[in-house]
Amino acid sequence: MPAQVPLSWYLILSAVLFATGAAGFLLRRNIITVFMCIELMLNAVNLSFVTFSHKFGKVDGHIFSFFVMVVAAAEAAVGLAIILTVFKNRATLEVDEISSMKL
Amino acid sequence: MDAILFLIFAAIAVGCAINVVLQTHPISSALSLVGVMVALAVLYLLLGGPFIAAVQVIVYAGAIMVLFTFTIMLLNTGAESPQRRQALRTAIALPLIFSLAGLVSYLAARQADSTSVVSFGDFTGGDPHTFGYALFTTYLLPFEVTSILILIAIVGAVVLAKKEI
Repeated sequence: MPAQVPLSWYLILSAVLFATGAAGFLLRRNIITVFMCIELMLNAVNLSFVTFSHKFGKVDGHIFSFFVMVVAAAEAAVGLAIILTVFKNRATLEVDEISSMKL
Repeated sequence: MDAILFLIFAAIAVGCAINVVLQTHPISSALSLVGVMVALAVLYLLLGGPFIAAVQVIVYAGAIMVLFTFTIMLLNTGAESPQRRQALRTAIALPLIFSLAGLVSYLAARQADSTSVVSFGDFTGGDPHTFGYALFTTYLLPFEVTSILILIAIVGAVVLAKKEI
């Protein structure tokens, strides 16, 4: 067992998490779960940012992932408000049934 | 020790991520997602980012997931019903997803030179002092723009969720 972890392990973990999020985004039909899979993909990208920050010895990657978190928080607030409005108007959360913009 | 910690928390992250996708009830997915975020916070600590790890737990696992949980409980829709042609969709999607993960992993492993390793304590530039200094000097303008973005998000959320404007 090596004492140090190769950089590529972190990148591979990031890729696997991103692919899992993409799978959920494409396969799931509940709009809230789809939204959570987007958050999962954002987290996977954050891991890459922090990994490269470690590699290059600069704090910039941390700041990028901080901004990603801030944007994700804003996105979650607005997105969940949209989901609430959609549910109020159509009484369903299945993405297949809200595919058209017309009521 | 580093490798053991990495493997433990990477396994937790991947397991919880797969659970997010597999669970049919949104509340189970949300709790699994909290698991992913906490595991990632530990990995950030290993990468020398105590501040970003704390923000990950406070903002992501704390604030955003509580918002998700509130919405799920408010809507109270229950588990997802099995969808039409689920087997066909899964049969088409899974090879594509595996090839995506495999391809990106292969490229990442090939691009990252084998000499670069991550060991705890190599990088200490992620402490709150360095982070805050960079945030309020180099990245001052994006930081201020972010505050406007959050203001817009607050107003937007209130307008959208209100019954009558």
